[in-house]
Amino acid sequence: MSDKGIGASSKRREDVRFLSGNGKYTDDINVRGQKYVYFLRSDVAHGKINGIDTNKAASMPGVVGIFTGADFAEVGGLPCGWQVTDRFGEAMKEPAHPVLAQGKVRHVGDPIAAVVADSLEQARDAAEAINVDMEELPAVIDMKSAVAGGTLVHDELETNLCYDWGFVEENKEAVDEAIKNAHHVTSLELVNNRLIPNAMEPRVAIGDYDASNDESTLYTTSQNPHVIRLLMGAFVLQIPEHKLRVVAPDVGGGFGSKIFHYAEEAFCTLAARKLKVPVKWTASRSEAFISDAHGRDHVTKIELALDENGMFQAIRTDTYANMGAYLSTFSTSVPTWLHGTLMAGNYKTPLIYVNVKAVFTNTVPVDAYRGAGRPEATFQLERVIDKAARELGMDPIEIRRKNFIQKDEFPYATPVALEYDTGDYVATMDKLQEIADLDGFEARASESRKKGLLRGLGINCYIEACGIAPSNLVGMLGARAGLYESATVRVNATGSITVMTGCHSHGQGHETTFPQVIADMIGISEDQVHIQHGDTSNTPMGMGTYGSRSIAVGGAAMVRATEKIIAKAKKIAAHLMEASAEDIELKDGSFSVVGTDKSVGWGDVCLTAYVPHNYPLDQLEPGLEETAFYDPANFTFPAGAYACEVEVDPETGKVDICSFAATDDFGNVINPMVVDGQVHGGIAQGVGQALREHAVYNEDGQLVSGTYMDYSMPRADDLPNFVVDHSCQTPCTHNPLGVKGCGEAGAIGSPPAVVNAVLDALNKGGYNVSHIDMPLSPSRVWSAING
Amino acid sequence: MATVTMTVNGKSVSGEVEGRTLLSDFVRNNLNLTGTHIGCDTSQCGACVVHVNSKAVKSCTMFALEAEGSSVTTIEGMANPDGSLGTVQQAFQDNHGLQCGFCTPGMVMSAAALLEENPNPTETEIREYLEGNICRCTGYHNIVKSIQAAAAAA
Repeated sequence: MSDKGIGASSKRREDVRFLSGNGKYTDDINVRGQKYVYFLRSDVAHGKINGIDTNKAASMPGVVGIFTGADFAEVGGLPCGWQVTDRFGEAMKEPAHPVLAQGKVRHVGDPIAAVVADSLEQARDAAEAINVDMEELPAVIDMKSAVAGGTLVHDELETNLCYDWGFVEENKEAVDEAIKNAHHVTSLELVNNRLIPNAMEPRVAIGDYDASNDESTLYTTSQNPHVIRLLMGAFVLQIPEHKLRVVAPDVGGGFGSKIFHYAEEAFCTLAARKLKVPVKWTASRSEAFISDAHGRDHVTKIELALDENGMFQAIRTDTYANMGAYLSTFSTSVPTWLHGTLMAGNYKTPLIYVNVKAVFTNTVPVDAYRGAGRPEATFQLERVIDKAARELGMDPIEIRRKNFIQKDEFPYATPVALEYDTGDYVATMDKLQEIADLDGFEARASESRKKGLLRGLGINCYIEACGIAPSNLVGMLGARAGLYESATVRVNATGSITVMTGCHSHGQGHETTFPQVIADMIGISEDQVHIQHGDTSNTPMGMGTYGSRSIAVGGAAMVRATEKIIAKAKKIAAHLMEASAEDIELKDGSFSVVGTDKSVGWGDVCLTAYVPHNYPLDQLEPGLEETAFYDPANFTFPAGAYACEVEVDPETGKVDICSFAATDDFGNVINPMVVDGQVHGGIAQGVGQALREHAVYNEDGQLVSGTYMDYSMPRADDLPNFVVDHSCQTPCTHNPLGVKGCGEAGAIGSPPAVVNAVLDALNKGGYNVSHIDMPLSPSRVWSAING
Repeated sequence: MATVTMTVNGKSVSGEVEGRTLLSDFVRNNLNLTGTHIGCDTSQCGACVVHVNSKAVKSCTMFALEAEGSSVTTIEGMANPDGSLGTVQQAFQDNHGLQCGFCTPGMVMSAAALLEENPNPTETEIREYLEGNICRCTGYHNIVKSIQAAAAAA
């Protein structure tokens, strides 16, 4: 392992400010003269607004302004960034998504009005004095009932079906035929439970308006400030980019939930323009539960056809995907292109057909949450494989090994449109069996039995697709954005470097890991490289951080820009040493003429670029600054194998995670320490989904699990230490770093491992249980045992 | 409004607060010590943990007026006298015990209080002590490791 540059576990420089209380999160920003916003939100899931009386509230102390839907009638709605085309060639249904409710509310938390006041307390007090004449309507919560007819979430659509998507539609008949004629078909109905991302920092938005130059600034908790500037500026408020600055400073976790453009951002920006004062909104956690986009929420039936040898012949799935009440920014892409395309997993199934019905309900919008579509695909596939193995009396590892795509079969084209570039699934499984000590399982199970506990082992594999691209392809699939990334590498006159990236770090550690790459390329110290991100006014247009894309796409852009820098610097060095640029070599921060003892240092070349006295001005511009936009040729495909061991108490149904092991192939790794941490956190979220977390709506559309008292996230004593390994590396073939991305793997690979482990424990303990829906709470497990 | 006076990070401070002003809001808004974070509104997450008279306290569970005359330490008061990271802080950096940094001040304050009470905690004791602090990024693995390292370094 290196001690610096690529492959080193460099300590994170950003930690110093976070650990000393000097982090600068959005809520830590206070703009002089700012006022505070409180949103009056719907407490019913569905209702018609017959009138809003703000007279009393308007006269209360400190109130600066009150806004209702009428004030935003002329403003554009929040746009959806991905248009899905259905099985019949029709565009998805795309209802308006107003900033403030227009005549109707469609979920608990839908904003009805907003009060701006001198203090938050005054704004809240005044909001309580607003009188809303609300006619409550029946709520549509269950997806299958929603598409069966009855109450409409959006009256103008005449249906609650957003789209009925088939993929690959041309495969449908062949898949049906294969399943009809199969030796064995394993069928499984399951729920991928609705989750709430719960980044620890609640969302914040501060709108500021400078009348002197007609410029707006939005400070916001975002994973992608440029995307917010484009969506909000162009589609909602019609503020041109050069008059709109979006700043996302330190952001306290995102996990997808801070990708999307939210109503509060547009509200604060516009209210600041209208009132000519800065306007600040900070979500309370209770508010976050009913206004942050939720995740997952699929109901699926999957069928797997196998031949007499246990080889997979065909897969057919039928999924209902909850969109919630409105289409959040990337909601429509999650159950389709981020889910259907992953159904081949690590296996050579020749025929696959995926059907997804996206449904409007009177619930909070659902969008990407760590993994986004890929956990849903992995869960159903790995669960049905486990069930098939049990039905056929096969070992769950052997059935997977038999069906793996083999190392020499890459690049491998799946029947669901992807071409995997590299992988070695046998190697990751071999490594897993070693690090998880699977040979010792029986001895451990015996110890558990002595305590009256049932021990189970759950195995699964996963593949994911990161760095979604190229832009022209995703455009054909319906994306209304490009998916490149950008970097400007600015070499300063004395040789230090500032990199301006369109990516955004909200826990990933870019400020440390990106410099490792540049330090390696040039041969200078990592601390000579500074990463600037999160402000549209000083970074190039980039698409931000999500989908495990930053190093694979943003890192690649940075490499391309640095290559341009090196090429130019070599020309300057060649001039200084009176040699040809082709003969110049850069090593350890020094340029030398190959075959001679002539050399010139990095710092001298940089200074020459900015003080160009002895410089080929007739051939070369002064300065040393380059920008690159990198648009990948393909996705990257991290893959791995996970093992979980649990103990189940048959008396209570309580599940304890005894151990969790993960082998991941992320291709090349820049900072192993950071990669380990990403996997740890992903596993914790996946274990949370499997055992604890559930956003529950009652039939009236009230969010029952609306606080940390009811929505149970894993705490320190719910989890074991994890054993993680990423030594199996098949570098990505199409990006310059050979990297694949590691941010989501843990959350994708862990839920099926946990559920498979619990079912293994129950079945080995003599309980014939074929499935339990997540979360596997003690009551659900106990009920299954006592069936 | 009433005046409240207390010692924060060794300095005497006072401010005008409402009866309903929480200690967490006083620290953040009146004193501009924004290292103390607010992650929930049900006293569950622990991002706002400070020390009040040497005890770890969720500062959202106290009114500012209740801290009258108390000695309060926030994350800003945890560095060494020369400004370098204190033992617990340094252990978190060395062991990648944080990612987004939002829960971190509360984690460090809880960890420091634990080590004050129990200088050599077992892994189980650490995990149980952190019951009141939620981290969404790290899966706690490296937080536990950091606290073990801090115990060893003390």
